[in-house]
Amino acid sequence: MVVLQAESETSSINMIYGGASCGKKVMTSSSSPGISLMCEGISYIAGAELPCVVVDVMRGGPGLGTIQPSQSDYNQIVKGGGHGDYHNIVLAPASAQDMYDFVDWGFELAFKYRNPVVILADGIIGQMMEKVEMHEMKPRRTAEEILKVAPWATTGKPATRERNIITSLSLDADIQEKFNRKLKNKYEVIEENEVKFSEYMTDDAEYVFVAFGCSSRICEAVVDELRSEGIRAGLLRPITLWPFPFSEISGLAKKCRSMMSIELNLGQMVHDVRLAANGECPVGFYGRQGGNIYTPEEIVGEFKKFNGLE
Amino acid sequence: MSLSIEEIKRPENAVYGKPALLTDNVMHYCPGCSHGTVHKLVAEVIEEMGIQDKTVGICPVGCSVFAYNYIDIDWQEAAHGRAPALATATKRLCPDKYVFTYQGDGDLASIGTAEIIHACGRGENIVVIFINNGIYGMTGGQMAPTTLLGMKTSTTPYGRDAKLNGFPLVIADMIAHLDGTAYITRQSVHTAAAARKTKSAIRKAFEYSQKGIGLSFVEVVSTCNSGWKMSPVDANKWMVENMFKKYPIGDIKDVPGGK
Repeated sequence: MVVLQAESETSSINMIYGGASCGKKVMTSSSSPGISLMCEGISYIAGAELPCVVVDVMRGGPGLGTIQPSQSDYNQIVKGGGHGDYHNIVLAPASAQDMYDFVDWGFELAFKYRNPVVILADGIIGQMMEKVEMHEMKPRRTAEEILKVAPWATTGKPATRERNIITSLSLDADIQEKFNRKLKNKYEVIEENEVKFSEYMTDDAEYVFVAFGCSSRICEAVVDELRSEGIRAGLLRPITLWPFPFSEISGLAKKCRSMMSIELNLGQMVHDVRLAANGECPVGFYGRQGGNIYTPEEIVGEFKKFNGLE
Repeated sequence: MSLSIEEIKRPENAVYGKPALLTDNVMHYCPGCSHGTVHKLVAEVIEEMGIQDKTVGICPVGCSVFAYNYIDIDWQEAAHGRAPALATATKRLCPDKYVFTYQGDGDLASIGTAEIIHACGRGENIVVIFINNGIYGMTGGQMAPTTLLGMKTSTTPYGRDAKLNGFPLVIADMIAHLDGTAYITRQSVHTAAAARKTKSAIRKAFEYSQKGIGLSFVEVVSTCNSGWKMSPVDANKWMVENMFKKYPIGDIKDVPGGK
């Protein structure tokens, strides 16, 4: 493994571009302000259709903000971040085990679709200590294997093929539009096949929480507490934030009395939850900011307020 | 003895030809531009060294953004100024490859200063070909960090004024102070003799890049007759009389054993 400390996040994401261009498995990580610097490069990587994994351990913003946990970069990463029409595949870990497992899963998706994958964690997941079950290390790909999985890579042009050019540039409007539509088709295939989520006690739920990352774990305790009071609550945790589990949330919205999106921000994912619910049920929001973290009791209180159950 | 036309056309009598690695695509460069000549020299060096299948080029943003249309090797197209970061990863992950960046002064000496300085500082075993024509050619002739004092550009219509616009950056001299650089030279391509010297310099840089002794940097002081608003001939003359004073031709650093 080659590990290199770059002079800046701008440089590290462009090293990722160079390494990915060679068909190698490359990844980088930072927390929110560094990721903002990387967004230009991520846009280029999406435009050049290169595979890579970026880990964003979110802290509070805007600006220097705080170094405490946050989920306030949902919009930035799930909706794009850099310029142009593109999607990151976004994975939201909720445990140390997820942090470990999602790297391999992320590379699998990145190479399958030639697309950047972002593991969108938060300061709690990033710093917590938990037991992790490790798998056997996969051996490094040989040069022959790289040629097989990445025939497009800049591995040096032999006489037997055309030159490989890694670029996101096209000055011809028709060619660029064709490329944009090709991306759209790819995104539709990803939306069709790669949505991942987990449900906790949603089968008979009258009230559904939607939460990702550390918030989903806190909401499990909220569901337990409400169930102990006889209130049938449940939780849907999106594991992929893009593609987002729209149809699953839509299905639940038709069956339940209300939904609540619980996020460590001012309300970002809640807009996608409302899109999914499409007016079938009221969708509320509760969040904390600045590095503060809600307790289950606090959320229970907000839930009752929203649903008039006090 | 003189050869007939038919005899001249025979391959065995050829004294000059377009390098096979230069594609047949029509170049978009302005007549008189130095890029075409430097492209040809790079293609010749790769061809003569027999390293087409071991070479990866990194294009900049600027007039030479489409260099990948002209030289028949694998290429990566970088964001503006970031080519040395791409080259760093490419070389470190594929150490047997010859990796070079091809960058203009608007790319390397302005938006890309951090990337080039730190690639030099780390002693990356890459080649950097730096086209310095003292101006942003592609975007309409704006002042570059390398623009000479007094030089008129679209953003310095009265000439570059040190008080307002600061002083030119002399990148090759700056990076010569860094231990991670092995070979730094400044050349030009305005005469056949100068082009031959530049070709030797490019070859040396490519050879050094496989010795693990650090970064090799070939600056080519160039003309932008369109941006300078001169005829090609006048631009060459102006370059010799003005650019060479600030950017003198010759080797600046040569450490064959590395530091």
